[in-house]
Amino acid sequence: MSAERTVVGRRLPRVDAMLQTTGQLLYADDLNPPGTLVGRQLRSPHAHALIHRIDTARAAALPGVKAVITGSDLPITFGILPVSQDEHALALNKVRHIGEPVAAVAATDAETAQRALALIDVHYELLPEIVTLEQALADDQPLIHGDGTGQNIDRTAALEFGDVDEGFAAADHTREDVYLFGGNTHAALETHAALATYGADGKLTLWSSTQVPHYVHRTLAKVLELPAARIRVIATPSGGGFGGKTDPFSHELVAAKLAMLTGSPVKINLSREEVFYAHRGRHPVLMWVKTGFENDGRITAMHFKSFLDGGGFGSYGAASLYYTGAMQTSTYRIPNYRFEGLRVFTNKPACGPKRGHGTPQPRFAIESQLDQAAADLGLDPVTIRLRNLIEPFSMTVNHLRITSCGLRECIDEVVKASDFTSKHGRLPAGKGIGLALGSYLSGAGLPIYFNKMPQSEVQLKVDRGGGVTVYSMAADIGQGSTTMLATVVAECLGLEPGDLTMVTADTDLTPVDLGSYSSRVTFMAGNAAVEAATKLRTRIVQAVADKLETVPEDLVAAAGRISIAGDPNSGVSWAEAVVLATAASGPLVESGSYTAPKLAGPYKGSGVGISPAYSFSACVVEVDCDAETGIVKVDDVWLAHDIGTAINPLLSEGQVEGGVYMGLGEALFEEHSFRGALHRGPSLLDYKMPTTLEMPRVHTFLIESEDPEGPFGAKEVGQGPLLPVIPAVANAIRDALGVRIDETPITPDKIVAALRAAGRREPARVGPTTVPKFKFPDLIRVAPPEGFTTS
Amino acid sequence: MEISVTVNGVMHTGNVEPRTLLVQYIREHVGLTGTNIGCDTSSCGACSIHLNGEAVKSCTMLAVQADGQNITTIEGMADADGTLHPMQQAFMENHGLQCGYCTPGMVMAATSLLGENPNPTEREVRIGLEGNLCRCTGYHNIVQSVLAAAGGAK
Repeated sequence: MSAERTVVGRRLPRVDAMLQTTGQLLYADDLNPPGTLVGRQLRSPHAHALIHRIDTARAAALPGVKAVITGSDLPITFGILPVSQDEHALALNKVRHIGEPVAAVAATDAETAQRALALIDVHYELLPEIVTLEQALADDQPLIHGDGTGQNIDRTAALEFGDVDEGFAAADHTREDVYLFGGNTHAALETHAALATYGADGKLTLWSSTQVPHYVHRTLAKVLELPAARIRVIATPSGGGFGGKTDPFSHELVAAKLAMLTGSPVKINLSREEVFYAHRGRHPVLMWVKTGFENDGRITAMHFKSFLDGGGFGSYGAASLYYTGAMQTSTYRIPNYRFEGLRVFTNKPACGPKRGHGTPQPRFAIESQLDQAAADLGLDPVTIRLRNLIEPFSMTVNHLRITSCGLRECIDEVVKASDFTSKHGRLPAGKGIGLALGSYLSGAGLPIYFNKMPQSEVQLKVDRGGGVTVYSMAADIGQGSTTMLATVVAECLGLEPGDLTMVTADTDLTPVDLGSYSSRVTFMAGNAAVEAATKLRTRIVQAVADKLETVPEDLVAAAGRISIAGDPNSGVSWAEAVVLATAASGPLVESGSYTAPKLAGPYKGSGVGISPAYSFSACVVEVDCDAETGIVKVDDVWLAHDIGTAINPLLSEGQVEGGVYMGLGEALFEEHSFRGALHRGPSLLDYKMPTTLEMPRVHTFLIESEDPEGPFGAKEVGQGPLLPVIPAVANAIRDALGVRIDETPITPDKIVAALRAAGRREPARVGPTTVPKFKFPDLIRVAPPEGFTTS
Repeated sequence: MEISVTVNGVMHTGNVEPRTLLVQYIREHVGLTGTNIGCDTSSCGACSIHLNGEAVKSCTMLAVQADGQNITTIEGMADADGTLHPMQQAFMENHGLQCGYCTPGMVMAATSLLGENPNPTEREVRIGLEGNLCRCTGYHNIVQSVLAAAGGAK
């Protein structure tokens, strides 16, 4: 059977938009079971200190206080990665950053809880604060993790693919540049919140604004020492995530423990300030890049070094580190490639994954350097990129499998629409235009913990009245995953998305999806949903075919009917078909799953960067700069994104616009800024983000390359569009003012400083010039994939 | 202190502590959770409501200041029969939202804006909504939603 698509590709509102626009959607902090206690955490005022003693007696004696706990009540370590089990729910013996939770209370009301916190006496012994890369690399400082002194190194990486020295020897021109990408944070509008209940039946339930209910479930079981079967985690609709709710967090474990101790529901809603301490935002990364080019612009080799300031804990850091080196090769063909990376611990809130996870930083570096190399070689920014463009259905030197790739079309679209070629280098003083490209994963190829189980499962159940319920653990964080699932299932069954009942993100009710991270949900949960819906449709169509005495191939499921192809009024209604199929073959329950193909290359670290498909983006930004004040106004952004297939163009464009917004914020305003170990402004008053007035016109183009393995050909759109925006801004500023700002955010003071440097005949740039001397481990040399030519 | 506040047409009388913020009163005393809190600094506008028909950030007022006044929250915008307010309808149709957390405040601020200026330009919409933050949409479809609602009201 075949049919034209009737749902996929339509510009439909979100399935939950009615609840959202009426205020009926319940976020975690909106849940208030009777008798709910207020949970609060006491946070460390010190960046680095030993805890000698915590006296909770005065707090516990305060009327209205129901429980007080400290680190010794939850002594088991946790962390999102198997290699980063370095956190305690409440600091045990030591604090590693200002704002780290050290104790917690449950009380009848917020005022009592707050007063109780003030009555907890913590006896600290202060240790030297380690806040910079240089301090972290000194070998005489106390270890943030471990005993004694030494370098505070979390992790290193050293890989070589092909022969980089040979590649440089073959180059006509080489450049070495240094860049700094400043740290910033997600600042989802909803602060993190969690509500826990513990029933007389010994069952723990946690509602949390998390992107990863499955990983929270596992973490609760580990730290609370409860069987997973006695724990239920429900990811409430998230008021924004962007990667900031992708770790298991202290407050989730603490709320659960307090509920177990008191027998009452306990809710912890982080304040905005506390969210800045929970953090897990963009790593500050210092980068050194050496690239060799032929005279025609073709890259012969690249050597990339990255230095990540990880903050106080591992979190996703091991993955973040490898991501700063893994995807240089997925946009441009780099025939010989060396990556050396280092992540250090410092006494600041832990960094982690933010939209683009570890790849916006190197993207900023290599797209900035490409423009510089183009100028050196007398090429224009478009030509040098086209000379190096990755080819569809090719392998990269570091063993990434590229499938569908509409990058060339993306470039064509934005270059044409923006009139880039006639504007670049020719706009009036102060105005400039810049180009950059990017590529991103459609889901990490491997799960976070090693296992051979599917990465996503979906179940469908049909009621005898015809109602279809879709069960998936995919967590909607605003990206529209629930609408995506409803759309693909509706398409398969010939229904409308709004006809379906969606049950999502509940570990008791829904089969596992690993979570809303790495842009994996459309590709993985989407494919699982298509498989389940296809099985269901097959059974239903067979039952109708038997009734009509025809063959399934002659029937289509569309517009709420199972009808003979070409005769939409024939056949039976969906509800009648359901009755026929249930009578013929029993309960209408089906499941589907998705497991990524084996993609990892033959080396340690190859698990990062692999994906069943990659999205591609091209971005042009036009700016208007004031040379007196250094203020940059962005006039227009053109962004073309290869999405494979737009399952819902309205929602997809929204993701592009949101990615452009977040990229502009990172490029020009947003900075997780510290004075020593103290955050300079942990509030939305001080953390500057674009408003309606800073946001320019965004011209969005969706390029449909129809991925052979994606659901209906679809790939990701949540993260990729952010990537090229930041370097495109930097390149546009260079075009406007002749200065390079090789450090984000590109604030007015830096522009003025660069212009003044130019006036003094010094290099017209602001940015770092050196990286620390650091002996990376011996390179792991990896042969390129079979058939890959390195010359 | 005892206060009487009319919320979405219903009079609520009760005792509040003088320091209770209006947003806390709405969420915790009246029990309407559609009004969200996104910051502690009056920066984000997620808590915008109507006080006597005009948008205010309900975290910038004390509950006692609302004594004797008329408040409308997002829950009071649709008709009794469930028909959405044109602004809610416009946000839904134009996908002027993603996670939805800023949406109630945006809808309240935007309706207040159209009350003052029924036919705003795009620039005027942007100026009018500058005090409401959104981290998801890049504001593009929010502005489109408001313009669509204004067009529909003509």
